[in-house]
Amino acid sequence: MTNQIDPGPSTVIEVRDLVTHYGTRQILNGVDVDIVEGEIMVIMGGSGSGKSTFLRHLMALQRPTSGTIKILGQDVWRLPQKKLFELRKKLGVTFQGGALFSSMTVGENIMLPLYEHTKLDRMTMEIMARMKLEVVDLAGFEDLMPSELSGGMIKRAAVARAVIMDPRILFFDEPSAGLDPVVSSQLDDLILRLRDAMGMTICVVTHELESAFKIADRITVLDKGNILFVGTVQELHDHPSERIQNLLNRRSEEAEIDADEYLRRLTGDKEEAEGMPR
Amino acid sequence: MAEGSNQSVAYRFFDKVGRMSTSALEEMGRHGVMITESLYWLIIGPRMNQPVRLGAVFSEMMEIGVRAIGIIGIMAAAIGAMLAIQGIYSLKIFGAEGHVVVGVAFSMVREFAPLITGILVAGRSGSALSARLGTMKINQELDALEVMGINPVRFLVVPSLLASLVMVPVLTFMSMALGLYAAALYVNAALGMSLAAFFDQTVDVLSVDDLTHGLGKAAIFGILIALIGVLNGFLVKGGAEGVGKATTRSVVQCISAIVVTDMLFALVATF
Repeated sequence: MTNQIDPGPSTVIEVRDLVTHYGTRQILNGVDVDIVEGEIMVIMGGSGSGKSTFLRHLMALQRPTSGTIKILGQDVWRLPQKKLFELRKKLGVTFQGGALFSSMTVGENIMLPLYEHTKLDRMTMEIMARMKLEVVDLAGFEDLMPSELSGGMIKRAAVARAVIMDPRILFFDEPSAGLDPVVSSQLDDLILRLRDAMGMTICVVTHELESAFKIADRITVLDKGNILFVGTVQELHDHPSERIQNLLNRRSEEAEIDADEYLRRLTGDKEEAEGMPR
Repeated sequence: MAEGSNQSVAYRFFDKVGRMSTSALEEMGRHGVMITESLYWLIIGPRMNQPVRLGAVFSEMMEIGVRAIGIIGIMAAAIGAMLAIQGIYSLKIFGAEGHVVVGVAFSMVREFAPLITGILVAGRSGSALSARLGTMKINQELDALEVMGINPVRFLVVPSLLASLVMVPVLTFMSMALGLYAAALYVNAALGMSLAAFFDQTVDVLSVDDLTHGLGKAAIFGILIALIGVLNGFLVKGGAEGVGKATTRSVVQCISAIVVTDMLFALVATF
């Protein structure tokens, strides 16, 4: 198994030697990733692994210390501002909390990119917004304010806004965060439906193993700013590395920690806590 | 030991002064960048199919200006009356209370109307701007705008800046009128001077320069309020606590900037 695939004509995101520092702290340490057209790439890792920073780089929201990021063949940090705006119209993002504008209705939120980037009349925009709301099973919710929606609904409305311009690449930041398993599973189904129905390339950052295994075509595992693994779900399961297997088993092991052991770990009783998963 | 301790105190003092100076310079630089970027979007935006939306400007004008008319009107009238009361009380010592109009007119038009309007708009809209942008930042709404290809400065800052630039002088003009009217009512009651005589004297005393002085200051206050409010909102860190701090900081900075600018303006204009 190789950790990378050769960038071909269907590579839509090409990341090379990405390095990021926050002050003296190294966040990403020479990351190389390719994401090919039409796939769902899940980027996984624990807290502090650098996955959120990596996503901000991919979305061209944060300049890395060094390295290149090519999206649809264009080096995002070398593009003039006008071309970067044009490129951003081909990207859709669903943020962790949805990031809907609280002063606008759901419908206005969804129409905003159309209002800003097209010369469509209002009626056409409203029809398009309603269509996208139907895709995310929120038909009839366009006149509500975001504060009147549940967490899962907010995320689905955010998805509708992200796909209103029919982007080629869709990013999801922790789509399952704060959702119960049922709603989380519905959101996973929606992600799969978007890929199948609209042919989008989707990049999902998550730490939820179940969700990742369900939706991923390929998984990138980040650990302390380094890539531990890139490959399919099956390849991840079969990977011989103990570190990766530990990562996969971490959740179930942590679930078995009893209160006394947890307290010993917190109070720094290293000898007693030895052998426990960290 | 004592010497070392003194050095350490001196070192700490100069270190702190240095840091504060650098921070103040950095903040001034940020204001400069924000003004430049706002002008850029105002001028270049339409050519990039990214115009500043007039609807957003009018909406901000409603928020900053129209909705503040009530409180600013009441405050301006109170200050006008207060100036008349104090003026008559002081001038009575010299038996010159008939000249109260001169003091009230100059004070209201050149100083008090712009100052009270600026301070009230700062407390009302500067803090609201910080809170709104700060909340948008922690909710990743600013990031969402960027990713959608909508520049936050064009979309959020320029409308507020334009609205503040227009509405603070308009409110100041209203304050001048209401303050003078309230003063005229008190003078009428206290000295028996008719309203017509009061305003006749006011027009005689004041020049266009006085009006320009007051309104010019108000325009500068308007820019300061929007800039400080917006910048504090953009610089929010952390969660709700960060928003609270930014809001407080914004009000304190706005009022300080307004008072200092007012003093400098008065100094330069009367030199």
